[in-house]
Amino acid sequence: MRNVWTICRKELGSYFTSPIAYILLLMFGVIFGFMFWNALGEFIVAGMEMQMRGQPTPMNLNEWIISPLLHNVAVIGLFFIPLITMRLFAEEKRTGTIELLATSPIRDIEIIIGKWLAAIGLYSCLLLFTAVNFGFLFKYGNPDWKPLAIGYLGLLLEAAGLLAIGTFISTLTKNQIVAAAATFGICLLLLVFGWVSAYDTSTWASVLSYLSLSTHMESFAKGVLDSKDAVFYVTVIFFGLFFTARSMESLRWRS
Amino acid sequence: MISVKELTKRYAHNTAVDHISFEVAKGQIVGFLGPNGAGKTTTMRILTCFMPPSGGEATVAGFDVLEQSLEVRKRIGYLPETPPIYPEMETSEYLKFVGKLKGLRGADLQKRVDYVCERCAIVDVKSKLLGKLSKGYRQRVGLAQAIIHNPDVLILDEPTAGLDPKQINETRDLIKDLAGEHTIILSTHILPEVEQTCEQVIIINKGKLVATDSVRNLQARARGAESVLVEVGSRNGSLQVPVVEQKLQQVAGVSGVVCKEQVDSRAMFEVESQKGRLVRGDLARAVVESGWDLNELRPAAMSLEEIFLQLTGSESGEVEKPATAETAASKELPQ
Repeated sequence: MRNVWTICRKELGSYFTSPIAYILLLMFGVIFGFMFWNALGEFIVAGMEMQMRGQPTPMNLNEWIISPLLHNVAVIGLFFIPLITMRLFAEEKRTGTIELLATSPIRDIEIIIGKWLAAIGLYSCLLLFTAVNFGFLFKYGNPDWKPLAIGYLGLLLEAAGLLAIGTFISTLTKNQIVAAAATFGICLLLLVFGWVSAYDTSTWASVLSYLSLSTHMESFAKGVLDSKDAVFYVTVIFFGLFFTARSMESLRWRS
Repeated sequence: MISVKELTKRYAHNTAVDHISFEVAKGQIVGFLGPNGAGKTTTMRILTCFMPPSGGEATVAGFDVLEQSLEVRKRIGYLPETPPIYPEMETSEYLKFVGKLKGLRGADLQKRVDYVCERCAIVDVKSKLLGKLSKGYRQRVGLAQAIIHNPDVLILDEPTAGLDPKQINETRDLIKDLAGEHTIILSTHILPEVEQTCEQVIIINKGKLVATDSVRNLQARARGAESVLVEVGSRNGSLQVPVVEQKLQQVAGVSGVVCKEQVDSRAMFEVESQKGRLVRGDLARAVVESGWDLNELRPAAMSLEEIFLQLTGSESGEVEKPATAETAASKELPQ
């Protein structure tokens, strides 16, 4: 456990001593800030329209702003996850520092989990930006915090799954760009798989749709904690890390 | 301390290490010698548990590299060919990180970091970014990380590659210095390095063990008997080689004289003596008393380089058969 923490701290240190963490934070902050501003604008306009039509129905901040924004975060997260995971193993393989880790008296799985946790740590920092924006809603409005908390849990679970996949892909190559591109492709594929359910109801379509990360995000974004979806993400995490461990083992045999 | 038996590593298309066996006793410095691509790095990587062997076994301090790999790793310090450093870290931060990986904590860790910085002369770059260090400093930081947990065994893969002559000397001195406390295996393809630093040599070529012996024995073995080079000159212009030869032959203990070359009034003779006889003084006296000049007199010890080429050179056809039983461990694979 101490070893996991050692690796995790070192990885977080590497993120924050190189420009990568700051660039990601900046980009994410700007993009999310824009989306938030946009959603708020829509909300205000819609509110005014309703008043003008003389049918002042109470508008729900959770429904109008938080839920769609959380869903958006899940989607733009896809663009950030490859950038977070690409260096985890690819860089160590390229510079040869993997030899240091692999010959130290620690288990492979401790290295893997340490790195994966660090990636989750950086992603959590991105999510903190959204928390700042949502904070304004709590200051000037009265949204329900429970759906928001569940939404965050969903985002973290989804990201943890994708980060595990990204970590796995990073062990396969020495080239960070290859790792990022492949991770991005797979993330995107898992997102668009959900689209088939719109017109197709065959078994295949339901399997694809089940594999899609976005379908499982829907209920989380609405603030509904469905154990089915949580189990799905935990399964993705498990397999992601499992394949990473296998890949590292084969790295030892091959290299 | 280290025992390797019939160690083999096969890849899809080639065999990098082919049934190698050797032993290293505690406290020894062993030079691992071979041309590039001979399988040195592969053997070291197996010993450090970076990769598992395809066959045979290797134990370090009594622990098997495959079955008890974590125990082995606790007892090994490893400096790979390129020092495994993170350019974005500071020297002391990096050493602390490595120390933690190796299981050091708290006050112990701080003490060891200070100690290895002192030992490897990197105190003045303690708070510098590793990425900004020169090659020599990086190598020393690499050595520092290898010894941070005071391991029983040090494995150094080409520790002096790419350094300038001054740095090479410093690194060699440091390694020799460390020998008292650690058992060291260092690989190199630079021969004088082995002659200067190591007590024992393991020569491999194309994945096979060619020889394993002490430096001195290897030199003696390649020669068989002792031989001395004598250059004789004459003042009055003409030197009769057969006469000199005859004179030298008469010296007690000499078993053979060969004229290697003759230039004008100077000639070089190689004089072989019976084992254990010291003939140099008598040779000198014989030459001078006969009225010739003695220009040069030196033992014709074969340099390791010559031995190495003799042992690994396959084209020359006169490859000396390894004498010790250990060295005959090579087996032809059907291909």
